[in-house]
Amino acid sequence: MSSRITRRFKEVLGKKGKAFIPYIMAGDPDINRTRELIRILEDCGADIIELGVPFSDPLADGPTIQKAAQRALDEGVTLKKVIEFVAESRGSTQIPVILMTYYNPVFKYGEERFVLDASAAGVDGIIVPDLPPDEAGNLIRYAKKSGLDTIFLLAPTSTNDRILKVAKASTGFIYYVPITGITGSKLALDSSIEGHIARIRSVTAKPVAVGFGISTPEEAAGISRFADGVIVGSAIVKRVEELDGELKSYLMSLRSAIK
Amino acid sequence: MPALDELQKAYEASRKDKEFQRELIHLHKTYIGRPTPLYFAKRLTESLGGAKIYLKREDLAHTGAHKINNAVGQALLAKKMGKTRLIAETGAGQHGVATATGAALLGLECEIYMGSDDIVRQALNVFRMKLLGAKVNEVSIGSRTLKDAINEAMRDWTTNVGTTHYVLGTAFGPHPFPVMVRDFQSVIGKEARKQIMDAEGKLPDYLIACVGGGSNSIGLFHEFLPEDVKMIGVEAGGRGVDTGDHAARFAGGSVGVLQGTKSYLLQDEEGNVLGTHSVSAGLDYASVGPEHAYLKDTGRVQYTYANDDEALSAFELLSGTEGIIPALESSHALAEAVKFAPRLSKDKIIIVNLSGRGDKDVQHVAQIKGVSIS
Repeated sequence: MSSRITRRFKEVLGKKGKAFIPYIMAGDPDINRTRELIRILEDCGADIIELGVPFSDPLADGPTIQKAAQRALDEGVTLKKVIEFVAESRGSTQIPVILMTYYNPVFKYGEERFVLDASAAGVDGIIVPDLPPDEAGNLIRYAKKSGLDTIFLLAPTSTNDRILKVAKASTGFIYYVPITGITGSKLALDSSIEGHIARIRSVTAKPVAVGFGISTPEEAAGISRFADGVIVGSAIVKRVEELDGELKSYLMSLRSAIK
Repeated sequence: MPALDELQKAYEASRKDKEFQRELIHLHKTYIGRPTPLYFAKRLTESLGGAKIYLKREDLAHTGAHKINNAVGQALLAKKMGKTRLIAETGAGQHGVATATGAALLGLECEIYMGSDDIVRQALNVFRMKLLGAKVNEVSIGSRTLKDAINEAMRDWTTNVGTTHYVLGTAFGPHPFPVMVRDFQSVIGKEARKQIMDAEGKLPDYLIACVGGGSNSIGLFHEFLPEDVKMIGVEAGGRGVDTGDHAARFAGGSVGVLQGTKSYLLQDEEGNVLGTHSVSAGLDYASVGPEHAYLKDTGRVQYTYANDDEALSAFELLSGTEGIIPALESSHALAEAVKFAPRLSKDKIIIVNLSGRGDKDVQHVAQIKGVSIS
């Protein structure tokens, strides 16, 4: 049976739409707020939720998500607690959930046990940004057995060999990062993005979602012309941090821009 | 990943490139001041009453530490790769100074990342880097020391990978860094071997070096690994390994993955990296070069640690007995020699790597001792 993420993409693309994939940091500023945010994201039309797991050294993240991770760590949130939270939330929502976690917490947890616990809890996919497919053999094998999607990243600098490798190792979708940089960087919306995505599509039929640097509805609209899904992280995390009263209308404007 | 592939290819090519090697050796001689002396510390040896202690004087290399060997090597490589900008992390400031020096030498732009805690305790080196034309960026997130400076440098490299080479300062990080840094530093051991043969007609019995990331120690050890020479790596014991305020990864850590490297790591049960403490900024780091982890696991090298107060005593002892003010990092290696040499007979030979000079630490030590010098 295909995964919940694959089914969701089929469903959305079948209706000539594009997937909206918001990111929030689990436990920022506490787990109750995360529970509430997931409901808001779903109400505002999210198709898939990417849930960040806090880590002490988030190498791929800019200042906004670094600070969010610190707040969640201060709250005592751990990989184990995030998995337990997903299990508990399955009582009220069936939206596909992807965990974005750095490798060391997974390594410490034990790769096999992590995959078993995460998939039993109802996690649908994992993104481990500091683990290239070259080093992910075991994790991919365990994930395949449990039906957990493994999503790897590509960048503008990726060579054709790497595109092939990542396309092969990725299930659910492929995560294209349109900038060389970290989360929350400034995006330059230009024609090169279309070309890079075309390069990926020439070797795979798997969906391609784009994230890193997308913050405005205009950017989301521009990206969604080429991509199958749009991921927005830092811009949402920042509004959560600032207790922005306009969060819902911002999410709705992203939702309607992504088509 | 493409950046690492590109770097590996360029590095492999440079090893076989006779002109590159000739240029590097020329800079060793005319710019860095190599070979650095191997000095018999007669008064220190007499005061300890045991094995003969030789000091490999990396403190006499240009800019005052071994860091220059690697920085000039990587700067030269970056120039060959067509990069126009160098970035680096620094803890004690020695690697930042060395990279800024390499950048000035070769006409490259330079930015250094440094934790805000280290900026305070190594103010002199911050000013030196600026004099050398580098921009110093303060890193005030996380533990505000070396680990966080590496995170920021890696984020910068990810962003500016087209123009920029990241001069990682220690034998750590993703491949090819640990191998490349070791090779650039292995000149220390190669020289020491020749020098001890000239002085004593035989190889040493022991090598002692401090281990932060592990570049000065692997630089000394590498040449002697196939030989019957015992080796001791000294980590920072901080306020004591049982207090939690230390950087003794072998004594207090477990295997983990940080910054693209699998090695011993100070981490909690959840895999988050713990804060570290050492009186010396250069040893104040949560993980250790992967080759050291291998040498530890195979038992080839013995690893121990020296606490802050032992390092401070050794700092004063060498200053007083030999007229050499050592870096606080190197003082950890000396502290082990102070403990160990008296247990050996007088015909045994120890080489201690004096990886850097202590001028940068004088103000910090004065402050610890409550002496006002401003």
